[in-house]
Amino acid sequence: MIDFIKGTLMLSGAIFTLLAAIGIIRLPDLLTRMHATTKAAALGVILIMLAVALHFGEVGVVARAFAIIVFIIMTAPVAAHVIGRAGYFVGSKLWSGTVKDELRPNYDPLTHELKSGLETEANAVHQPRENDTP
Amino acid sequence: MQTVILISQVLMGLALILAFVRVVRGPSLPDRVVALELFASIVVGMVGLYAIATGVSSFLDAAIVIALMGFLAAIGFARFLERGGPRDD
Repeated sequence: MIDFIKGTLMLSGAIFTLLAAIGIIRLPDLLTRMHATTKAAALGVILIMLAVALHFGEVGVVARAFAIIVFIIMTAPVAAHVIGRAGYFVGSKLWSGTVKDELRPNYDPLTHELKSGLETEANAVHQPRENDTP
Repeated sequence: MQTVILISQVLMGLALILAFVRVVRGPSLPDRVVALELFASIVVGMVGLYAIATGVSSFLDAAIVIALMGFLAAIGFARFLERGGPRDD
């Protein structure tokens, strides 16, 4: 029984990782590629680590496998956010079929200021503060 | 059991090759960074499979270190990219 669960976990983990790799090959621009890799690869590694925990079944190994799982759950969104932000700022092109880019009209790439779209005339003007870098 | 491990290893090797194709083809530096991060995830999975195949649990320590290095590399590359300003590669 444990062998069956283990085999299923390993196979599905490998298939999810392969799906992530296919996604990074097939999808058209940076953000869609990240959408494929971040989630599918993290899920694949988590499933394989569950298989490792089932295979060994000792306290130390299970603790280490769960440490890897928790680490991946914590770091994958952070890394994806940071790379996506950097990719947008360095001007990577979006796919030609992109329907909506809500950041473009509201964001100033030079001053890194974000508008909400609800400004009045008075508070839309940039007010320099003392500790601003010019 | 051995066959299942072998099939999984073959699938993950295929995934590694596909990610490498994206590293080579680019077209921009952020794409390559995403592909390298995928590399780190795939290698962590392969190390886990190898630990199951050989029955040596110490390989998990290597997997932890590889996951940590992949995360730090992603953060470092992102900082490097953002400092550089707009680029057109």
